[in-house]
Amino acid sequence: MFAAGLALAVSLALGSPGQAQDRGGGSSVAVADEGREIYEQICQSCHMADAKGGGVPGAMFPTLAGNPRLADHDYASIVVLKGRGGMPWFSGMLTRPQIAAVINYVRGHFNAYPDTVTVADLDRITIDNPPVPDCNCGH
Amino acid sequence: MSHPILPQTRRDLLSMIGKVGGGAALYQAMTALGHAAESQFTGPPQLSGARPGASVLVLGAGLAGMLAAYELTKAGYKVQILEVQTRAGGRNMTLRGGNTVSELGSVQKVGFSPGNYLNPGPWRIPHHHRTVIHYCKQFGVELEPFLQTNHNAFVHRKAAFGGKPQRFRDLTIDWKGHVSELLGKALNAGALDQAVSAPDKARLLEAMRSWGVLDKNMAYVKSDKLGEQRGWERAPGGGVSGAPIPNDPSSLGDTLDSRIWEQLGFFAEHVMQPAMFQAKGGMDHIGKAFKARVAKLIRYGTRVSRIAQDERGVTASWTDAKSGATGETRADWMVCTIPAAVLSQIDLQVSDGKRAAIKALPYGNSVKIGLEMKRRFWETEDAIYGGSSFTDQAIGLVSYPGHGCFSDGPAVLLGAYPFGVGAYILAGMTPEKRIQAALEQGSVFHPAHYKSEFLSGASVAWNRMPWILGCCAMWTEESRAAHYQDLVAMDGRIVLAGEHCSYYGCWQEGALLSALDAITRLHQRALAT
Repeated sequence: MFAAGLALAVSLALGSPGQAQDRGGGSSVAVADEGREIYEQICQSCHMADAKGGGVPGAMFPTLAGNPRLADHDYASIVVLKGRGGMPWFSGMLTRPQIAAVINYVRGHFNAYPDTVTVADLDRITIDNPPVPDCNCGH
Repeated sequence: MSHPILPQTRRDLLSMIGKVGGGAALYQAMTALGHAAESQFTGPPQLSGARPGASVLVLGAGLAGMLAAYELTKAGYKVQILEVQTRAGGRNMTLRGGNTVSELGSVQKVGFSPGNYLNPGPWRIPHHHRTVIHYCKQFGVELEPFLQTNHNAFVHRKAAFGGKPQRFRDLTIDWKGHVSELLGKALNAGALDQAVSAPDKARLLEAMRSWGVLDKNMAYVKSDKLGEQRGWERAPGGGVSGAPIPNDPSSLGDTLDSRIWEQLGFFAEHVMQPAMFQAKGGMDHIGKAFKARVAKLIRYGTRVSRIAQDERGVTASWTDAKSGATGETRADWMVCTIPAAVLSQIDLQVSDGKRAAIKALPYGNSVKIGLEMKRRFWETEDAIYGGSSFTDQAIGLVSYPGHGCFSDGPAVLLGAYPFGVGAYILAGMTPEKRIQAALEQGSVFHPAHYKSEFLSGASVAWNRMPWILGCCAMWTEESRAAHYQDLVAMDGRIVLAGEHCSYYGCWQEGALLSALDAITRLHQRALAT
């Protein structure tokens, strides 16, 4: 019950950002189901097409390619589910299968981590609710 | 001469309440007297009597930073502003021919004709945003009407009417008609007899028949009377064929497919209600007016990397973007307007609570795309003057310039303005592909002309702007409760300001109100220290 209410609130926050905020049309485009396509539709907007991020120290999007932080099985899942710093959570915009698919794409294609993130992992993380890892790792 | 104790006028009374009870009491009193109730603006701050030599360092030359600097200078402070860009104004900006857009990963040259422009950031000012309007008037920035609603513009939903756009007018009239018919049926069937008294039931039936334009049997059907609201198959004319022919309303199911209630809800929001205004000639005239008053205080191209404070003052460590030289600027106090998406990455000496608040504030994204067309075919072919056509495609909308109506020659449309998924999709494209997508999707409204009349385009993806990495702070009820007060609290000698430090997020009004509140508290603290 609580989880469903939270998901709705989150989805509203992302779809129509903030009550009374200026905004344009309410586009509702279906996000793809395949990891690479999800990356291209959503993630590369900030992390760039080559997943190497951008910007300068103090104002940057971290690289996802060759990122040792992603070796941790849960790290990317926690960040995508809960957001970190300027990055919003995507638990309202993407379904759990979509989140798992895109994380596996990033961990597999732009890195070489063999273990697979599953929807069950995302459910476990949601229940355990670990804190968002702090990171000044200079990406 | 006014009495020292008893207020002589409303203004005196309000001033006294403000002095004794503070801003909140003043606001409450003003509301009780029928003032305000909209923006919390109660007039420019009357700050004076800064301690001799007292100094304030302002980080960021957006509207919040420049207003803070302007009012603090008037109060007697020595103020300096550090700005990372080579321009002032922050998100208040206007793109014209010859301008350059530098995003992470791309550079665009804007090719618009002289006089044409795109406001990639703020583009409209609700009539109740009193702070923006106050300073525009004080600084001589000319405001003109912004055409907000247009019943003749289109609404397009991929899954409605076979993908064919409908006039906003037709959908809203049909929505009203069908809902009226249904309420009429429910009333006549006695379904609401427990909830509605007999006299109210009679009045409601009368209201539904009139408001919904129902026939004598309470049915929503084609009629001359409905034509007067919904428009005509053949419009009224003169002479022998003068009689109009009404057109057919859409079915309830089709009307529901259009989800027109969402659009009606959008326009029902307080901040979306006309009258609406824009700065004549481009919204950046507002930023330029502020800049004209604080220009000599600004150090451009200055990237702050570290912010420290002790009992004597504040220090910002910075790097000059051009020369690479490093430096430090010290002052007694600081107003920091650096957006949280960037500030969260800077070494900042504040309380744990404030640091947590800054790190818990994600930024939503949006994209705007300007398309210059050879001529105003939306006016000549479709009789659309200003306002917006809405779509659920990635672009979100097409908005038509309300200024320069009926003029010949090229004009700039707003060809996309989404948040959410649509904004990520467009932002992730190259600038060229964004234009292609905007032309493809916008063609749904004007298929015969949209591509053939296109001249040039320019876009801004806010998350790709290297100095902000997003569009606006994204609050939720939960994050407000957990972090808002920590974010805005004066922390030693540092106070934050900007739209992210307000309940008017993503509006210039929020940035300005936050700056006024921040400097008022800073001044009180400075005098008490």
